[in-house]
Amino acid sequence: MGEVVSMLKRLLSIILILIIGYWIAQGLANVPFGEDRMLVGKYYLQHVKEQTGAVNAVTAVVVNYRGFDTLGEVTVLFIASTGVAALLWRKRRERTAKTEGSLVLTTGSKLLFPFIMLFGMYIFIHGHLTPGGGFPGGATIATGFLLMYLAFIVYEIPHRGFEVTEGLAGMSYVLVGLIGLAIGGYFLFDWIWQTWHFGTSNLGRLFSGGFIPVIYTLIGIKVGTELSGIIDNMLKEEVKE
Amino acid sequence: MISAYYFGAISLVLIGLYAVLVKKNLLKILIGLSIMETGVNLLLISIGYVSGRSAPILSEGITPSQAVDPIPQALVLTAIVIGVATTAMALSVAIILYEKYRTLNIEEIRRLRG
Repeated sequence: MGEVVSMLKRLLSIILILIIGYWIAQGLANVPFGEDRMLVGKYYLQHVKEQTGAVNAVTAVVVNYRGFDTLGEVTVLFIASTGVAALLWRKRRERTAKTEGSLVLTTGSKLLFPFIMLFGMYIFIHGHLTPGGGFPGGATIATGFLLMYLAFIVYEIPHRGFEVTEGLAGMSYVLVGLIGLAIGGYFLFDWIWQTWHFGTSNLGRLFSGGFIPVIYTLIGIKVGTELSGIIDNMLKEEVKE
Repeated sequence: MISAYYFGAISLVLIGLYAVLVKKNLLKILIGLSIMETGVNLLLISIGYVSGRSAPILSEGITPSQAVDPIPQALVLTAIVIGVATTAMALSVAIILYEKYRTLNIEEIRRLRG
């Protein structure tokens, strides 16, 4: 009896899904693939260099033109990491893994760790020049800490330092925005580029891009510490005395 | 004829929806949600594509008329991070549910309530 009900449920789901799929495909049939239909995008591409100093249009849109999105995104990630910590909060929590990784794994992780850190920092510092930015760079840094957690059974991130760094990075982001409010009249105004004209002569080099590298460094640090904190919370289990 | 990218994106969303509707294991439902998210991101990115143009990074002799739309890429950057955040939250809820009920079957969890 249960088998029949289950089969019927699957069949009904497949029919429903096919109807939804046909409906979405009908809607998309009027949106031709690969055609130029930019309106605002064209403006961004044409003015990104003189208005923001960045050559990567995506990071300029994310940090400069639509900076509020990124602030909200950082807030969402912060709330998620706080929520994970609150949900998994226990009095005594420890790593309960019992098998140490093999010698090859532990030595390899130790060797790779500084390289991963360096590459993560490279990604978020060069956000205005190369693909990437704060979020991929932060995720790369968290990958390095994940590697250490998986290779060593006793490894733990220094909690006090990590949580303080995370909060300070978030506050500095808001502070950079507030300085813009004081100088330029609106929140997240790019004061380094528009008021100081810092880096106007070396466009496309490291010291340009207004406040994009500054904000992306802060975001990279924040995302890296936050995701490491999530990993730490999820890998620990409650210990019964 | 619909483009392969649109077809793939819609298929990913529908596969995720199927997993959410039919599967009984909580982790499989979460996997379905992640697949749906990927489908939505792929759809957004492929709407911004312009045939024959390169990434919107205006160095190495790429002029504004040779780049694709940067806005969908910025939107997807936001969407990916929010997806990771919601997945992390949902996974910690799943950990708590397993600790409390010793099962991840949603029908049994419903029965155990009260």
